[in-house]
Amino acid sequence: MNSDVQLFDYLQRLGDTDVVLAQRLGEWVGHGPVIEEDIALTNVGLDLLGQGRMWLSYAGEVEARFRDQGRSEDQLAFLRDGGAYRNLLLAEMPNGDFAATMARQFYFDQFHLLLLRALTRSADPRVAEIAAKGAKEVSYHAERSMDWVIRLGDGTEESHGRMQQALDDLWTYTGEMFAADLVELALADACIGADPRALRDPWQASVAAVIDEATLALPTGEWMQGGNGRGGKQGIHTEHLGHLLTEMQHLQRAYPGAQW
Amino acid sequence: MTIANAQAAQRAAQPPLGQPVLEHVWAALAGVPDPEIPVISIVELGIVRGVAWDADRLVVKVTPTYSGCPATEMINTLIREALAAIGVADVAVVNQLSPAWSTDWIAPEARTRLKGYGIAPPHVIAGRVDVAGISPLRRAHVVVPCPRCESTNTQLLSQFGSTACKAQYRCGDCLEPFDYFKPH
Repeated sequence: MNSDVQLFDYLQRLGDTDVVLAQRLGEWVGHGPVIEEDIALTNVGLDLLGQGRMWLSYAGEVEARFRDQGRSEDQLAFLRDGGAYRNLLLAEMPNGDFAATMARQFYFDQFHLLLLRALTRSADPRVAEIAAKGAKEVSYHAERSMDWVIRLGDGTEESHGRMQQALDDLWTYTGEMFAADLVELALADACIGADPRALRDPWQASVAAVIDEATLALPTGEWMQGGNGRGGKQGIHTEHLGHLLTEMQHLQRAYPGAQW
Repeated sequence: MTIANAQAAQRAAQPPLGQPVLEHVWAALAGVPDPEIPVISIVELGIVRGVAWDADRLVVKVTPTYSGCPATEMINTLIREALAAIGVADVAVVNQLSPAWSTDWIAPEARTRLKGYGIAPPHVIAGRVDVAGISPLRRAHVVVPCPRCESTNTQLLSQFGSTACKAQYRCGDCLEPFDYFKPH
């Protein structure tokens, strides 16, 4: 496969995960448990949306190298159907209760920070600079979601139970983050992308340490959704993504080309 | 610097006929306030990374504070307006990502003004070890003095405040909540 085709695919994975998770966090507007958290959830979403725009803009430029025309960030975000989305399954999981949202964020932030730090060493300078920009923001995300896991886990009986349930429920979606397919292996070989398998041990170590401090139990299930190379990164999604896109893309679908 | 580089730098500093010199351009940009923190200018904030003439066009390099900062587009508009006011019509505002913006670039006098405005200025990052949230589990604890009463008896309420670049704190003595400009 042409390496630009693979890079285009890879950049969509990075961008789509950010955009889809940002949309999920945006669903919390006006529903946060306290105003500080309402603001924080959407601030994190805003950072992810900004990073997603940078990845998708670059994806469109790379696309133009092997097609007559590359798509803009907006065309990619608003006019692709679910099957063309390349986000991690974890990102499209519904918000659930506050514990579920924070568990999803915690699993993802710990991975995201490792991934972006690895990508700051990319041989592609554009990938490296977007990753360096994003890593600074994500270090705050990681600290916050970690704090919440500890606070809820080591909190009341109710909060402890809900956080444990959330960690258990989402665990099966974490394996996909570290499952490498041909696209990722080729880009890792070219020193452009990161080999996700190498992120697994450091992720597991930090996640286990936080869960331990939170007086919670690390989930142990081994079977992983999308871990066999047939998951969100390959365009095979859960039933949740279509609903999310229906809302996110409504305006551009109903009024094609609308601008303001 | 090679001769070719020196010549290029000279050309970039050379305004076209009837256009202002770069010193005047910088002075005009220094008059543009940050839309969300109007007590400091975009130059003091450290986001204007360079200005240069490219023939008849003025190229202004700007770096975003945070990737998703909604003020970015507003800032670009304000830059064009400020430059139009000194007679520069042909402006290209270029987004420059690298090196990533740091709060260490905020000018010292601007830090004082931030404090007067009720925002605790950011700690300096340079020379400090990794601030990551991964291992050790928590960032080194920093004391953020209250910008109103100087008390160090303050408490973090949230890592995210009224804008992405600020955290929320509360003072245990004067009991006022306040914003802290996060080191970045």
